[in-house]
Amino acid sequence: MKKSWWKIVGVMLVGYSMVGGIIFEVPRLAIVNETIRALYFHVPMWFCMVFMFFISLVYSIKYLRNPTLNFDSKAVEFANTGIIFGLLGIVTGMIWANYTWGSPWHGDPKQNGAAITLLVYLAYSILRQSLPNPDQRARLSGVYNIFAFTTMIPMIFIIPRLSSSMHPGSGGNPGFNMYDLDYQMRMVFYPAVIGWILLGIWVATLRVRIKSADMKIINIEYEKNR
Amino acid sequence: MKKIVNLILLTCLTFPTMAQQVEMADSMRSEGKIYVVVAIIMVIFIGLIAMLYYLDKKISRIEKIIDKLMKNS
Repeated sequence: MKKSWWKIVGVMLVGYSMVGGIIFEVPRLAIVNETIRALYFHVPMWFCMVFMFFISLVYSIKYLRNPTLNFDSKAVEFANTGIIFGLLGIVTGMIWANYTWGSPWHGDPKQNGAAITLLVYLAYSILRQSLPNPDQRARLSGVYNIFAFTTMIPMIFIIPRLSSSMHPGSGGNPGFNMYDLDYQMRMVFYPAVIGWILLGIWVATLRVRIKSADMKIINIEYEKNR
Repeated sequence: MKKIVNLILLTCLTFPTMAQQVEMADSMRSEGKIYVVVAIIMVIFIGLIAMLYYLDKKISRIEKIIDKLMKNS
Protein backbone atom coordinates (compact mmCIF):
# COMPACT_ATOMS: atom_id res chain seq x y z
CA MET A 1 0.00 0.00 0.00
CA LYS A 2 2.81 2.40 -0.84
CA LYS A 3 1.92 5.77 -2.35
CA SER A 4 -1.72 5.11 -1.62
CA TRP A 5 -2.98 8.60 -0.77
CA TRP A 6 -4.97 8.77 -4.00
CA LYS A 7 -6.74 5.53 -3.12
CA ILE A 8 -7.85 7.09 0.18
CA VAL A 9 -8.97 10.23 -1.67
CA GLY A 10 -10.99 8.10 -4.10
CA VAL A 11 -12.70 6.18 -1.29
CA MET A 12 -13.50 9.40 0.60
CA LEU A 13 -14.95 11.09 -2.48
CA VAL A 14 -17.16 8.15 -3.45
CA GLY A 15 -18.27 7.72 0.18
CA TYR A 16 -19.13 11.40 0.35
CA SER A 17 -21.10 11.19 -2.89
CA MET A 18 -23.05 8.20 -1.57
CA VAL A 19 -24.09 10.01 1.61
CA GLY A 20 -24.55 13.42 -0.03
CA GLY A 21 -26.26 11.94 -3.05
CA ILE A 22 -29.04 10.60 -0.89
CA ILE A 23 -29.37 13.21 1.84
CA PHE A 24 -28.80 16.55 0.07
CA GLU A 25 -31.54 18.57 -1.57
CA VAL A 26 -32.13 18.07 -5.30
CA PRO A 27 -34.24 20.07 -7.78
CA ARG A 28 -37.90 19.09 -7.79
CA LEU A 29 -38.59 18.02 -11.36
CA ALA A 30 -41.62 16.22 -12.74
CA ILE A 31 -41.26 12.68 -14.19
CA VAL A 32 -37.76 12.10 -12.79
CA ASN A 33 -38.74 12.99 -9.18
CA GLU A 34 -36.29 11.35 -6.75
CA THR A 35 -34.64 9.32 -9.50
CA ILE A 36 -32.68 12.45 -10.36
CA ARG A 37 -30.26 11.12 -7.72
CA ALA A 38 -29.30 8.34 -10.13
CA LEU A 39 -27.18 11.03 -11.81
CA TYR A 40 -24.68 10.73 -8.94
CA PHE A 41 -24.20 7.02 -9.52
CA HIS A 42 -25.09 6.22 -13.13
CA VAL A 43 -23.31 9.05 -14.97
CA PRO A 44 -19.92 8.65 -13.17
CA MET A 45 -19.86 5.07 -14.53
CA TRP A 46 -19.70 6.47 -18.09
CA PHE A 47 -17.09 9.09 -17.21
CA CYS A 48 -15.04 6.37 -15.59
CA MET A 49 -15.47 4.03 -18.56
CA VAL A 50 -14.27 6.66 -21.05
CA PHE A 51 -11.30 7.49 -18.80
CA MET A 52 -10.30 3.81 -18.48
CA PHE A 53 -10.55 3.31 -22.26
CA PHE A 54 -8.43 6.41 -22.77
CA ILE A 55 -5.66 5.10 -20.49
CA SER A 56 -5.90 1.77 -22.31
CA LEU A 57 -5.45 3.60 -25.64
CA VAL A 58 -2.40 5.45 -24.30
CA TYR A 59 -0.74 2.18 -23.25
CA SER A 60 -1.61 0.52 -26.57
CA ILE A 61 0.11 3.36 -28.43
CA LYS A 62 3.05 3.10 -26.04
CA TYR A 63 3.26 -0.62 -26.77
CA LEU A 64 3.20 -0.09 -30.53
CA ARG A 65 6.01 2.48 -30.25
CA ASN A 66 8.06 0.38 -27.85
CA PRO A 67 7.00 -3.28 -27.72
CA THR A 68 7.23 -4.19 -24.02
CA LEU A 69 4.67 -6.69 -22.73
CA ASN A 70 4.27 -4.59 -19.60
CA PHE A 71 2.50 -1.86 -21.62
CA ASP A 72 0.27 -4.48 -23.21
CA SER A 73 -0.91 -5.88 -19.88
CA LYS A 74 -1.71 -2.33 -18.71
CA ALA A 75 -3.68 -1.68 -21.91
CA VAL A 76 -5.76 -4.84 -21.54
CA GLU A 77 -6.49 -4.46 -17.83
CA PHE A 78 -7.57 -0.84 -18.16
CA ALA A 79 -9.84 -1.86 -21.05
CA ASN A 80 -11.30 -4.67 -18.92
CA THR A 81 -12.00 -2.29 -16.04
CA GLY A 82 -13.62 0.10 -18.52
CA ILE A 83 -15.89 -2.70 -19.76
CA ILE A 84 -16.98 -3.42 -16.17
CA PHE A 85 -17.90 0.23 -15.64
CA GLY A 86 -19.70 0.30 -18.98
CA LEU A 87 -21.77 -2.75 -18.06
CA LEU A 88 -22.64 -1.17 -14.70
CA GLY A 89 -23.66 2.01 -16.56
CA ILE A 90 -25.89 0.10 -18.99
CA VAL A 91 -27.56 -1.97 -16.27
CA THR A 92 -28.20 1.03 -14.00
CA GLY A 93 -29.56 2.93 -17.00
CA MET A 94 -31.91 0.06 -17.84
CA ILE A 95 -33.25 -0.12 -14.29
CA TRP A 96 -33.96 3.61 -14.42
CA ALA A 97 -35.47 3.44 -17.93
CA ASN A 98 -37.79 0.62 -16.87
CA TYR A 99 -39.36 2.89 -14.25
CA THR A 100 -39.26 6.18 -16.12
CA TRP A 101 -39.74 5.25 -19.78
CA GLY A 102 -41.74 2.08 -19.21
CA SER A 103 -39.30 -0.45 -20.63
CA PRO A 104 -35.62 -1.19 -20.06
CA TRP A 105 -34.55 -0.80 -23.72
CA HIS A 106 -35.91 2.07 -25.76
CA GLY A 107 -33.44 2.19 -28.63
CA ASP A 108 -32.48 5.63 -27.43
CA PRO A 109 -29.42 6.93 -29.34
CA LYS A 110 -27.44 7.03 -26.11
CA GLN A 111 -28.37 3.49 -25.15
CA ASN A 112 -27.54 2.16 -28.61
CA GLY A 113 -24.26 4.06 -28.75
CA ALA A 114 -23.23 2.71 -25.36
CA ALA A 115 -24.21 -0.83 -26.36
CA ILE A 116 -22.22 -0.63 -29.62
CA THR A 117 -19.20 0.71 -27.73
CA LEU A 118 -19.35 -2.18 -25.29
CA LEU A 119 -19.66 -4.70 -28.13
CA VAL A 120 -16.62 -3.17 -29.84
CA TYR A 121 -14.62 -3.56 -26.64
CA LEU A 122 -15.91 -7.08 -26.04
CA ALA A 123 -14.63 -7.88 -29.54
CA TYR A 124 -11.24 -6.56 -28.36
CA SER A 125 -11.35 -9.11 -25.56
CA ILE A 126 -12.33 -11.92 -27.96
CA LEU A 127 -9.58 -10.92 -30.42
CA ARG A 128 -7.02 -11.24 -27.65
CA GLN A 129 -8.26 -14.64 -26.55
CA SER A 130 -8.11 -16.00 -30.10
CA LEU A 131 -4.38 -15.27 -30.54
CA PRO A 132 -2.02 -17.62 -28.68
CA ASN A 133 1.28 -15.83 -29.43
CA PRO A 134 1.77 -13.06 -26.81
CA ASP A 135 3.67 -10.66 -29.09
CA GLN A 136 1.28 -11.05 -31.98
CA ARG A 137 -1.65 -10.71 -29.59
CA ALA A 138 -0.23 -7.52 -28.11
CA ARG A 139 0.50 -5.96 -31.50
CA LEU A 140 -2.79 -6.79 -33.22
CA SER A 141 -4.94 -5.92 -30.22
CA GLY A 142 -2.96 -2.71 -29.77
CA VAL A 143 -3.90 -1.65 -33.29
CA TYR A 144 -7.49 -2.76 -32.76
CA ASN A 145 -7.66 -0.77 -29.53
CA ILE A 146 -6.93 2.45 -31.44
CA PHE A 147 -9.84 1.69 -33.80
CA ALA A 148 -12.06 0.78 -30.85
CA PHE A 149 -11.43 4.11 -29.13
CA THR A 150 -12.02 6.09 -32.30
CA THR A 151 -15.30 4.19 -32.80
CA MET A 152 -16.38 5.10 -29.28
CA ILE A 153 -16.04 8.86 -29.86
CA PRO A 154 -18.86 9.22 -32.45
CA MET A 155 -20.99 6.61 -30.64
CA ILE A 156 -20.94 8.40 -27.29
CA PHE A 157 -20.08 12.02 -27.99
CA ILE A 158 -21.30 12.86 -31.51
CA ILE A 159 -24.35 10.80 -32.56
CA PRO A 160 -26.37 11.52 -29.37
CA ARG A 161 -25.79 15.23 -29.99
CA LEU A 162 -27.09 15.00 -33.56
CA SER A 163 -30.30 13.13 -32.80
CA SER A 164 -33.10 13.81 -30.40
CA SER A 165 -33.45 11.61 -27.37
CA MET A 166 -35.62 11.12 -24.31
CA HIS A 167 -32.56 10.96 -22.12
CA PRO A 168 -32.52 13.64 -19.37
CA GLY A 169 -30.51 16.66 -20.36
CA SER A 170 -31.15 15.96 -24.04
CA GLY A 171 -32.54 18.21 -26.69
CA GLY A 172 -29.37 19.06 -28.56
CA ASN A 173 -27.04 18.09 -25.76
CA PRO A 174 -26.53 14.67 -24.23
CA GLY A 175 -24.92 16.13 -21.11
CA PHE A 176 -26.82 17.10 -18.02
CA ASN A 177 -27.36 20.76 -18.88
CA MET A 178 -30.77 20.81 -17.24
CA TYR A 179 -29.31 19.81 -13.87
CA ASP A 180 -25.97 21.35 -14.61
CA LEU A 181 -27.28 24.70 -13.47
CA ASP A 182 -27.92 23.39 -10.00
CA TYR A 183 -24.99 24.28 -7.78
CA GLN A 184 -25.74 21.70 -5.10
CA MET A 185 -25.89 18.82 -7.55
CA ARG A 186 -22.52 19.79 -8.95
CA MET A 187 -21.04 19.70 -5.44
CA VAL A 188 -21.84 15.99 -5.30
CA PHE A 189 -21.54 15.03 -8.95
CA TYR A 190 -17.98 16.16 -9.69
CA PRO A 191 -16.47 14.59 -6.54
CA ALA A 192 -18.32 11.38 -7.46
CA VAL A 193 -16.77 11.38 -10.94
CA ILE A 194 -13.24 11.96 -9.61
CA GLY A 195 -13.72 9.40 -6.83
CA TRP A 196 -15.01 6.69 -9.16
CA ILE A 197 -12.16 7.33 -11.60
CA LEU A 198 -9.63 6.92 -8.76
CA LEU A 199 -11.35 3.71 -7.59
CA GLY A 200 -11.33 2.46 -11.18
CA ILE A 201 -7.60 3.11 -11.45
CA TRP A 202 -7.10 1.26 -8.16
CA VAL A 203 -8.98 -1.82 -9.42
CA ALA A 204 -7.16 -1.70 -12.76
CA THR A 205 -3.72 -1.47 -11.13
CA LEU A 206 -4.58 -4.46 -8.91
CA ARG A 207 -5.43 -6.43 -12.04
CA VAL A 208 -2.21 -5.29 -13.75
CA ARG A 209 -0.17 -6.37 -10.72
CA ILE A 210 -1.80 -9.81 -10.65
CA LYS A 211 -1.13 -10.19 -14.36
CA SER A 212 2.53 -9.20 -14.11
CA ALA A 213 3.01 -11.45 -11.06
CA ASP A 214 1.53 -14.28 -13.09
CA MET A 215 3.89 -13.56 -15.98
CA LYS A 216 6.90 -13.50 -13.64
CA ILE A 217 5.91 -16.86 -12.11
CA ILE A 218 5.63 -18.38 -15.59
CA ASN A 219 9.11 -17.02 -16.39
CA ILE A 220 10.59 -18.49 -13.20
CA GLU A 221 9.04 -21.87 -13.96
CA TYR A 222 10.36 -21.71 -17.50
CA GLU A 223 13.91 -20.92 -16.30
CA LYS A 224 13.73 -23.79 -13.81
CA ASN A 225 12.67 -26.37 -16.37
CA ARG A 226 15.29 -25.37 -18.90
CA MET B 1 -42.28 44.90 -24.37
CA LYS B 2 -44.61 45.12 -21.40
CA LYS B 3 -46.10 41.79 -22.37
CA ILE B 4 -42.72 40.11 -22.29
CA VAL B 5 -41.88 41.60 -18.88
CA ASN B 6 -45.23 40.39 -17.56
CA LEU B 7 -44.63 36.94 -18.97
CA ILE B 8 -41.22 36.69 -17.32
CA LEU B 9 -42.59 37.97 -14.02
CA LEU B 10 -45.47 35.50 -14.12
CA THR B 11 -43.21 32.54 -14.88
CA CYS B 12 -40.89 33.59 -12.07
CA LEU B 13 -43.80 33.81 -9.66
CA THR B 14 -45.52 30.58 -10.65
CA PHE B 15 -42.43 28.41 -11.00
CA PRO B 16 -41.73 27.90 -7.28
CA THR B 17 -45.34 27.00 -6.52
CA MET B 18 -45.35 24.52 -9.41
CA ALA B 19 -42.13 22.98 -8.21
CA GLN B 20 -43.61 22.29 -4.78
CA GLN B 21 -46.27 20.04 -6.31
CA VAL B 22 -43.73 17.58 -7.69
CA GLU B 23 -43.91 14.43 -5.64
CA MET B 24 -40.74 13.64 -3.73
CA ALA B 25 -39.94 11.28 -0.85
CA ASP B 26 -40.48 14.05 1.68
CA SER B 27 -42.13 11.94 4.38
CA MET B 28 -39.30 9.42 4.31
CA ARG B 29 -36.90 12.29 4.85
CA SER B 30 -38.86 13.93 7.63
CA GLU B 31 -39.19 10.64 9.51
CA GLY B 32 -35.43 10.18 9.30
CA LYS B 33 -35.79 6.78 7.68
CA ILE B 34 -33.52 7.92 4.87
CA TYR B 35 -30.57 7.56 7.26
CA VAL B 36 -31.29 3.82 7.47
CA VAL B 37 -30.75 3.61 3.72
CA VAL B 38 -27.58 5.69 3.99
CA ALA B 39 -26.27 3.40 6.75
CA ILE B 40 -26.93 0.28 4.67
CA ILE B 41 -25.20 1.72 1.60
CA MET B 42 -22.20 2.82 3.67
CA VAL B 43 -21.81 -0.63 5.29
CA ILE B 44 -21.78 -2.30 1.87
CA PHE B 45 -19.38 0.30 0.48
CA ILE B 46 -16.98 0.04 3.45
CA GLY B 47 -17.11 -3.76 3.21
CA LEU B 48 -16.21 -3.70 -0.47
CA ILE B 49 -13.38 -1.21 0.10
CA ALA B 50 -12.02 -3.36 2.96
CA MET B 51 -12.02 -6.29 0.56
CA LEU B 52 -10.08 -4.25 -2.02
CA TYR B 53 -7.62 -3.13 0.68
CA TYR B 54 -6.84 -6.68 1.80
CA LEU B 55 -6.56 -7.80 -1.81
CA ASP B 56 -4.04 -5.00 -2.38
CA LYS B 57 -2.00 -6.12 0.63
CA LYS B 58 -2.09 -9.73 -0.45
CA ILE B 59 -0.83 -8.84 -3.93
CA SER B 60 1.99 -6.78 -2.36
CA ARG B 61 3.03 -9.84 -0.34
CA ILE B 62 3.00 -12.10 -3.40
CA GLU B 63 5.07 -9.53 -5.34
CA LYS B 64 7.71 -9.57 -2.59
CA ILE B 65 7.88 -13.38 -2.68
CA ILE B 66 8.29 -13.35 -6.47
CA ASP B 67 11.07 -10.75 -6.25
CA LYS B 68 12.92 -12.98 -3.78
CA LEU B 69 12.49 -16.00 -6.04
CA MET B 70 13.81 -14.05 -9.01
CA LYS B 71 16.90 -12.98 -7.07
CA ASN B 72 17.62 -16.57 -6.06
CA SER B 73 17.23 -18.05 -9.50
